[in-house]
Amino acid sequence: MTLVSEEVYEKKILDKVIDRLVDGVAKVIDKFKPGWSVKNRSKIDEWKLMFYAFNRSPPGLIGAALILGFIAIGIFGPYFAPYSYRLFLFIEHEETYLVPPGSTIVSKGETFYFPLGTDKYGRDLLSLILYGARVSLVVSMIVIALGVPLGIVLGLVAGYFGGKIDEIIMRITDTFLAFPALILAIAFAAVLPERLRPMIIYNEQLKTLLSIFFAADPRDAANFAPILSVILAIIIVWWPGYTRIIRGSVLSVRENLYVEAARALGVSTWKILTKHILPNVISPVLVLITLDVGAVILVEAGLSFLGLGAQDPMIDWGKIVFDGAQYFPDRWWLVLFPGLATFLAVLGWNLVGDTLRDVLDPKTRRSIEFKVKKKKLAATSEDGGASQ
Amino acid sequence: MTIFPTKKVIEVKDLHVHFYTYAGVVKAISGVSFEIYEGETFCLVGETGCGKSVTSRALTRLIESPGRIVKGRIIFYRDSGPVDIMTLSEEELREIRGREIAYIFQDPTAALDPLYTVGYQIAETMVAHRTADWREAFRKAINILKSVIMPDPERRVKNYPHELSGGMRQRVVIGVSLSNRPKLLIADEPTTNLDVTIQAQILDLLRKLKKNEQMTLLLITHNMGVVAEMCTRVAVMYAGKIVELGPVIDVFKDPRHPYTRGLLRAVPNPLGKVERLESIPGTVPNLIYPPPGCRFHPRCPYMMEVCKSKEPPMVDLGEGRKVACWLYVK
Repeated sequence: MTLVSEEVYEKKILDKVIDRLVDGVAKVIDKFKPGWSVKNRSKIDEWKLMFYAFNRSPPGLIGAALILGFIAIGIFGPYFAPYSYRLFLFIEHEETYLVPPGSTIVSKGETFYFPLGTDKYGRDLLSLILYGARVSLVVSMIVIALGVPLGIVLGLVAGYFGGKIDEIIMRITDTFLAFPALILAIAFAAVLPERLRPMIIYNEQLKTLLSIFFAADPRDAANFAPILSVILAIIIVWWPGYTRIIRGSVLSVRENLYVEAARALGVSTWKILTKHILPNVISPVLVLITLDVGAVILVEAGLSFLGLGAQDPMIDWGKIVFDGAQYFPDRWWLVLFPGLATFLAVLGWNLVGDTLRDVLDPKTRRSIEFKVKKKKLAATSEDGGASQ
Repeated sequence: MTIFPTKKVIEVKDLHVHFYTYAGVVKAISGVSFEIYEGETFCLVGETGCGKSVTSRALTRLIESPGRIVKGRIIFYRDSGPVDIMTLSEEELREIRGREIAYIFQDPTAALDPLYTVGYQIAETMVAHRTADWREAFRKAINILKSVIMPDPERRVKNYPHELSGGMRQRVVIGVSLSNRPKLLIADEPTTNLDVTIQAQILDLLRKLKKNEQMTLLLITHNMGVVAEMCTRVAVMYAGKIVELGPVIDVFKDPRHPYTRGLLRAVPNPLGKVERLESIPGTVPNLIYPPPGCRFHPRCPYMMEVCKSKEPPMVDLGEGRKVACWLYVK
């Protein structure tokens, strides 16, 4: 498929896959809004170019693979887990106590295989990690989904209206920014779960919803409360970063003449904010989001490791490490594998975030795109070399 | 030659705009009064920083913090009757902006949002005022581009601002402001950033559009040639005040205020021999501490004792001419 810009790009397999994907999405949108893909031709090409640029970055691709793996495991992992996280094999089969990776246990006529070993309750570590991925995914997504919009809206308002409003919002932001996540989470962990627990237990819908979210048994409802309090604590310390960044960018963007022109043309404030300012300040936020997903996973694991997050029998990566730490040098697998999982997930988000920053910044992207443009010579005979 | 259309479009009475900066209060506009009649082209002319743009923006209260309109009345004659812009709510003002009073800004590159197509930006104004829905607005956008003499409008409507040349962008900006057929069009130095041939084209276009759409034009410029070419009446501003106001031919033929005289002598006369151009000695005063009395007195060749202490009143010279100078006070 040729691009509007008449430049012919040398494509690799991944680029062709992306072409298919983007064209496919465009076709779907086209079905709902006829004529969309013709009208938005340059937008589609822009997306393709962004993906091409992304494809030129090996770290980005590794990161993307890690992220996709993390998300896939987070969503489907619990359903493929060989054993439930509530299956305490140790109670009936004593032989399953802290078994090393790759061992097969035959006990009372039943055969068990533990590829990554077991913990002190005889639970399969692989299954625990799969369940833990879900908790990490859900926590990070909720934090991002709630914290980021809050930060963005406050930043937009502060930056655009300025004056007293700006002063008030930014001083509150500073206050929150000065608050250490850990201390807040500890304070929350002490107070909140007791309040949240009855709420969850007596509210059937909430209970079902949360058990689906965490891929957990509804009988563990009471243990959702500490995780929720962790989520709340992270959100509270997380939004100020976004408010700061957005406000700073808004301050420069709102001075642009097109914002004043929009005001002079009677466009409403809300429209100006969402259509003319937000799209012009959003790209650093997109980068920050990808980096922050990793950071949230890490903080959540950290809080769990301190015993503030998931409570037995609920599990997440930090909790597995916390439980395994007491057996550490001998029973290394309890620490190594969940640690490795956390490491890879965070690494993936960070790599993608770094690459996105290069791709989303038009200045650096152009230089990447130079690597993409190649097939010029073959093309010149067709377009007369007009596009040098 | 003086024609007096009787219907006013907008009337500004004793407008004061101050900017509260860290260095002090900048009295950008102090006591500007004028009215614009229907169908005319009214020019505000003056040096950089004399308050032309601020005045034009104040007309729809587009003054941003730290600026504030501290005093004055702006009466806009809508079809439904006169309203005082100063007392309207923000929402009522929004209805007027872009629909009845539209702006053309100086820098067409900056006045267009780089993220949206030209068609979108034209359509947005119509949608914002509910004069058309999106589908219709996009269709109308093509006609508007046609009316501003954009070549190949069907294709251009899908272009982004960076794909257009400066002249084309200015046409788009004009198109955006025309989209709701405003009663009053305010053009804030519409040709400053364009080269001379394009300037002529744009001015030509503005004149044609004004005739076809029966608009009133408020033109802001520092270019005396543009004033002579376009305007019916002109107001000369100096340091936040109007110093002379009158029909353009009279003012050019027989400038009364010393500042206007200096200004006109500083412009080369294409009919005369090229000689040394005169300049006005001194610099524009600091508006945080404006000189007492007449603000022009430190640079004025006709300076009298009274100029140093007392502000000159606006003297009506008849035939629509006014001048703020002690020379004409009897």
